[in-house]
Amino acid sequence: MTKALLRLESVSRRFGGLQALQTVDLEIGTGEVLGLIGPNGAGKTTLVNVITGVHPATAGRVFFEGRDITGDRPYQTARQGIARTFQIVQPFPELSVRDNVAAAALFSRKSFSIRDAQDEARIQLERVGLTALAQAPAATLTLAMRKRLELAKALAMAPRLLFLDEVNAGLNTAEVEQAMGLIRRIADSGVTIVLIEHLMQVVMTVCSRIVVLHNGERIADGDPESVIRNDRVIEAYLGKKYAQRANQSPGL
Amino acid sequence: MSFRRTDWMLFGLVLALGLTPWVGSPYVLRLGTFACLYAVLAMSWNVIGGMTGYPSFATAAFFGLGAYVGGILLTKGYPLIAALGAAALVAFVGAMVLGVVLLRLRGHYFAVASLAVAEVLRELTNSATDLTGGGMGLNIPLSAVAGAGIAQAASFFFLTMWGLLLLTLAAVLWVERSKLGFGLACIRQNEAAADMIGVNATFYKSLAFAISGLFVAMAGTLYAGWVHYIEPPDVFDILFSVKPIVMALLGGLGSTAGALFGAAAFLALEEIVWRNSLQGSSGILGLLIVLLLLFLPRGLVSLGGQLVRRPHVEAAPGNGR
Repeated sequence: MTKALLRLESVSRRFGGLQALQTVDLEIGTGEVLGLIGPNGAGKTTLVNVITGVHPATAGRVFFEGRDITGDRPYQTARQGIARTFQIVQPFPELSVRDNVAAAALFSRKSFSIRDAQDEARIQLERVGLTALAQAPAATLTLAMRKRLELAKALAMAPRLLFLDEVNAGLNTAEVEQAMGLIRRIADSGVTIVLIEHLMQVVMTVCSRIVVLHNGERIADGDPESVIRNDRVIEAYLGKKYAQRANQSPGL
Repeated sequence: MSFRRTDWMLFGLVLALGLTPWVGSPYVLRLGTFACLYAVLAMSWNVIGGMTGYPSFATAAFFGLGAYVGGILLTKGYPLIAALGAAALVAFVGAMVLGVVLLRLRGHYFAVASLAVAEVLRELTNSATDLTGGGMGLNIPLSAVAGAGIAQAASFFFLTMWGLLLLTLAAVLWVERSKLGFGLACIRQNEAAADMIGVNATFYKSLAFAISGLFVAMAGTLYAGWVHYIEPPDVFDILFSVKPIVMALLGGLGSTAGALFGAAAFLALEEIVWRNSLQGSSGILGLLIVLLLLFLPRGLVSLGGQLVRRPHVEAAPGNGR
């Protein structure tokens, strides 16, 4: 692995009595396309929230490009080059599609004027195929289009690390195909991507490495092949009984 | 950043208002001074309430604060410009600090908390008898216009209030078009998302609150100088908080032009109702406002949009709604 872009050192996060993350260690190298999976409530989104500063870690440290960013607020991590899309899309409903993207470019970088940001927005809208809708208010978009808008917003921040939280949820097969093509192109442009997904087949085809969270713990980490054969992963997803049966009949 | 045609029209209207002392009677001059005062309050409220989406009831607090800070300095013999500067500074810094605390609250919670600010300040003013005169009120000398007659003094305070209106208009139009205004629009529409794209929401909101307090406090100082006598229930009156909100709603929430026209419309309604029915006037005024809001929920500026096609908006992300 090359020099770590992001490093987590025994990161924990507790919500009252719920231990959402339990001493998670993780290193992500520059240029990786990493899949982050796990059953519902495993702590995937919490992990992203801790890294981006929405919910600061209750213990442990987070380093980005060697700098300690533990406890930084969301606007600070955003300005350092960490972008994310939300599981539940978060547009500015009254702003036009273009201004949504321009806002992301404007506030994540110091040197941009409003006009620079709007130029950047045009480029990113072209990239995700939303140019035709640039002047429409964001509230009028369909879900698939809003997901693309989220992506354009994230890209306009010129991120070095991009978290894609369930970008495919609620999309039909054709839309998923398109989205995956787009994600591959973004990865090819040198952005490190963490893909948080429910759809296994998506993660398997796009990611070179997969991390599995379960009850806030990292239970598996490796290439896709080894991860889906991992007993603990099968157990986490399908239950103990099924895991035993799967072991007895390897052909399954 | 460039001003649009509609902005120049607003400036033109306000500039024309400056002719009042040369054409109007003392009564018209008094109305004109109130028009400028109301417009300053409404446009200021619009920065925090309309653009940022935080329904502040703190206008009376800033107004009273400005009236007392400025008024006390005037009684001690400082020139008007120094009194204005001090009032502006105190309000700006106070709002900035207060904003960091209060603006953590949202919606109704923020509204109620901001309402309390004026009450607290009023009680403090009441009890600080040595400095403020307490319940006895504060007499402010005529030093700013020493030697001038009543008519000249009226013209003088009209012109200073009008000057403040011009300053406020320029400032809020700048805010609306600037990066700050863009950020405020993002905060109003989705604060969590604004945070995630790099908007320092806490700072932006506090700055908006401070800008909205700044001009109100200066208006308070001018008011104190104009009426020569202030007392806590007068300048910390809750109506100074409520009226600007009604004006902004009347004119069209979130737009500077709306706040300006709303202020004029409100003053006109208030005056007409007062003149024709001294008893029950507030009731009639309230009814008229409710009817207007029912049938024109987007305010007076929405009428303009139907009559004249707005020029294509290119670089204006700040003004929503």
